[in-house]
Amino acid sequence: MKDFAALFTAIDQTTRTSVKVAALADFFRTARDHDKLWTIALFSGRRPKRAVNTTQLREWAAERAGLPLWLVEECYPIVGDLAETIALVLPPPSRQDDLPLTHWITTLRALHRVDLDARHARILDAWDRLDATERFLFNKLITGGFRIGVSRKLMTRALAQATGQDEPVLAHKLMGGWTPETTSYHALIEAPDAEADDSRPYPFYLAYQLDDAPEGLGKPEDWLAEWKWDGIRGQVLIRGGDHHVWSRGEELMTDRFPEFARAKDFLPTGTVIDGEIVAWDEDADQPLPFNALQQRIGRKTVPKKLLREAPVILLAYDLLEQDGQDLRDIPLGDRRARLTALLDGLPPEAPLRASGAIYFETWDALARTRATARDLRAEGVMLKRLDSPYLSGRKKGDWWKWKLDPLVVDAVMIYAQQGSGRRANLFTDFTFALWQDDELVPFAKAYSGLTDAEFNAITAWVRKNTLQRFGPVRQVRPEHVFEIAFEGIQPSPRHKSGIALRFPRMSRWRHDKTAREANSLDDLKDLLNAFG
Amino acid sequence: MAQPVLTFTDRGIYCPAGEFFIDPWRPVDRALITHGHADHARPGHRRYLATHAALPVMRHRLGEISAEGIGYAEQRRIGDATVSFHPAGHLPGSAQVRVEVDGQVWVVSGDYKTTPDGLCEPFEPVRCHAFISECTFGLPVFEWAPQAVIADEINAWWAANAATGRASVLGAYSLGKAQRVLSLVDPGIAPILTHGAVEATNAVLRDQGYRLPDTAYVTPELKAKDYPGALVIAPPSALGSPWMRRFAGASTAFASGWMALRGVRRRRAGDRGFVLSDHADWPGLHQAIRETGAESIYVTHGYTDIFARWLNDAGWQAQVVPTEFGGTEDEADALTEPEAAS
Repeated sequence: MKDFAALFTAIDQTTRTSVKVAALADFFRTARDHDKLWTIALFSGRRPKRAVNTTQLREWAAERAGLPLWLVEECYPIVGDLAETIALVLPPPSRQDDLPLTHWITTLRALHRVDLDARHARILDAWDRLDATERFLFNKLITGGFRIGVSRKLMTRALAQATGQDEPVLAHKLMGGWTPETTSYHALIEAPDAEADDSRPYPFYLAYQLDDAPEGLGKPEDWLAEWKWDGIRGQVLIRGGDHHVWSRGEELMTDRFPEFARAKDFLPTGTVIDGEIVAWDEDADQPLPFNALQQRIGRKTVPKKLLREAPVILLAYDLLEQDGQDLRDIPLGDRRARLTALLDGLPPEAPLRASGAIYFETWDALARTRATARDLRAEGVMLKRLDSPYLSGRKKGDWWKWKLDPLVVDAVMIYAQQGSGRRANLFTDFTFALWQDDELVPFAKAYSGLTDAEFNAITAWVRKNTLQRFGPVRQVRPEHVFEIAFEGIQPSPRHKSGIALRFPRMSRWRHDKTAREANSLDDLKDLLNAFG
Repeated sequence: MAQPVLTFTDRGIYCPAGEFFIDPWRPVDRALITHGHADHARPGHRRYLATHAALPVMRHRLGEISAEGIGYAEQRRIGDATVSFHPAGHLPGSAQVRVEVDGQVWVVSGDYKTTPDGLCEPFEPVRCHAFISECTFGLPVFEWAPQAVIADEINAWWAANAATGRASVLGAYSLGKAQRVLSLVDPGIAPILTHGAVEATNAVLRDQGYRLPDTAYVTPELKAKDYPGALVIAPPSALGSPWMRRFAGASTAFASGWMALRGVRRRRAGDRGFVLSDHADWPGLHQAIRETGAESIYVTHGYTDIFARWLNDAGWQAQVVPTEFGGTEDEADALTEPEAAS
């Protein structure tokens, strides 16, 4: 694993993308095929199944280090990463060899087949044979979330450099349900693409946020406008007489959304459609609130009642494949015409329908239509150039999302908690409250939106203004007011405030306001009545 | 029971028998100062006492002060107390303060490190009944590699940059860490440049006879291209400032014990982080505490709650020294405070 550890070190020691890509490309040129395959898997979010839980890992690390468990647990939030904490407290290895990455992954995978005592012995043996960096990586393999500053995009670019293949071609090859157990480096990367299996989706094309007025985009007639629905972006594939449903996060959701089994009855094989999975209100002919869909996302098997109350459909945006032909290079206008022809005339029980285009002649008119998005439970509008191909990843130029401005309230910070990883030792996770008479009622948590300098400032303040501690959570003096922005608002019996927000974040630190000047819970209820 | 030799007040550590404070944080009549860092040597006291070796830097930083020097191990009577200063190994001139009253001996460690660095006076353990110890890095995740290993890492990084003509800018606090780095690097690689704050401290220490390699001070007129592949030592705060523009394209790094943590390293956003600390690591703290032979340990500066609990578990009588901010441990004060943390 020395070559993989050296790769990690090279990546970790630089903030430059080009240096990271070069190090990865070098690894892809020189490493063993199996190690390359696992590296691709790890950097595209695939990891070996967890065989040991983190409680066991902490206990075993404490035992090996000769420290009480509480002390290891106190170190964890300060270091901010359990894998790193354990790597740091362990005594030096007693012997070292250089077994490949795949050997250690195989060791971890084999743990499922042995009892707890044997797992314990094998983990301790591994720790005793790996140096500090290797141990950290080994622990990362166990604890999951292998995020070490390499995005899938960077990894794909490096692979393109190393193999001489085009990046979009490789991005497509890396999609889908493969695992290192089910394929080889040769089959996945080197073999002709025809060997790909039927379940493989296309890489999603993602839009950038439009920050300026759309006038800069040119003539309205060159653009397609459509609603930006608030659901899960997904692809429905019908191939070889079977169907598959993928989320944008490349999660296979076929079983989660059994409604799409019927798509085969209405669409020919060799069809791939990109769209938004939403929970649908048949009577109102519009999506249900996002939290209806939320209940579906969490469940692998769906009770009948929920299927009735929150049925899902795909609001189709784009046709990527027809009759087994990849259509991504033909203009969007043509793809949409084919999509409409395919879906128009389907009976209402079909689980797909076209997401209609918004007719507009001027940008002003579109702006007025966009302002009504919340009434339709949409987040805003999408603008797509009619002659654009379907690219992969987030690319600037042809596709834009033009979201509504978020809703905002001014709220008082009442609890603070430290972050982890890059944010270890900084207070970054906050609970906010609104006034109800003389009481502050918590209503939202938020973690993002402040600059590093602001997080530093608030961290210093929290340390000096802690009123009480509840484990890692500190109650702070109710003094600071932040503008909280959010995308949607819903009633929620599970929250103390009776309200749930969609994607709350700190949009502004209101230094100009005292705590007493923050909004009240009644103000938030007015927003709920207007937009919920 | 007799009155304790030292007590903890809202102005800092106080000796009733001698009516003096040690490293007080508010103005007092008589202050004994362990070393010149800003969180220990504060302005506004009427009289200062510090080692001869610490005084020049204190005068440089605090301006006109009424101060007296004392040699290491030299005994002095103040009121009913006998005091002496002993090397702390933290930076040139730094000291622990020993206070004896009626046969009871207490030692205030100040900041210290137990391993010699070749530049400052090496740490000497002092036997005592009660030891007031810093514990900035009082967690078992902190264990420093030998200094020679870190020196090799810094030299290798610098040499690799110099080979491609890039400058190497290293963030290090201007008093202590900067000079320690200077004493570790190989001046044969390329020229060494220093930020004004670092160079001013270098001048004071050179005058005292501490040996540092030749450095050139970065004046506003200095052209970086006249010094290809230079190592530039600057305070960490200079790295994000307009001052850095002249070294566009440079590789950046920080040298600090905190660099042992990946999260901190990444937040600093330099290319490299060298784990080089002037504080004792976990084994160093234990060694120091053991060698004092003290029964009572008071911990301050750092992860005090955790470290005190650990010492009590391990059989010592340990307590946390109340700090300026209401007696809670304040780990990131160490992280954010300019010099306590290096």
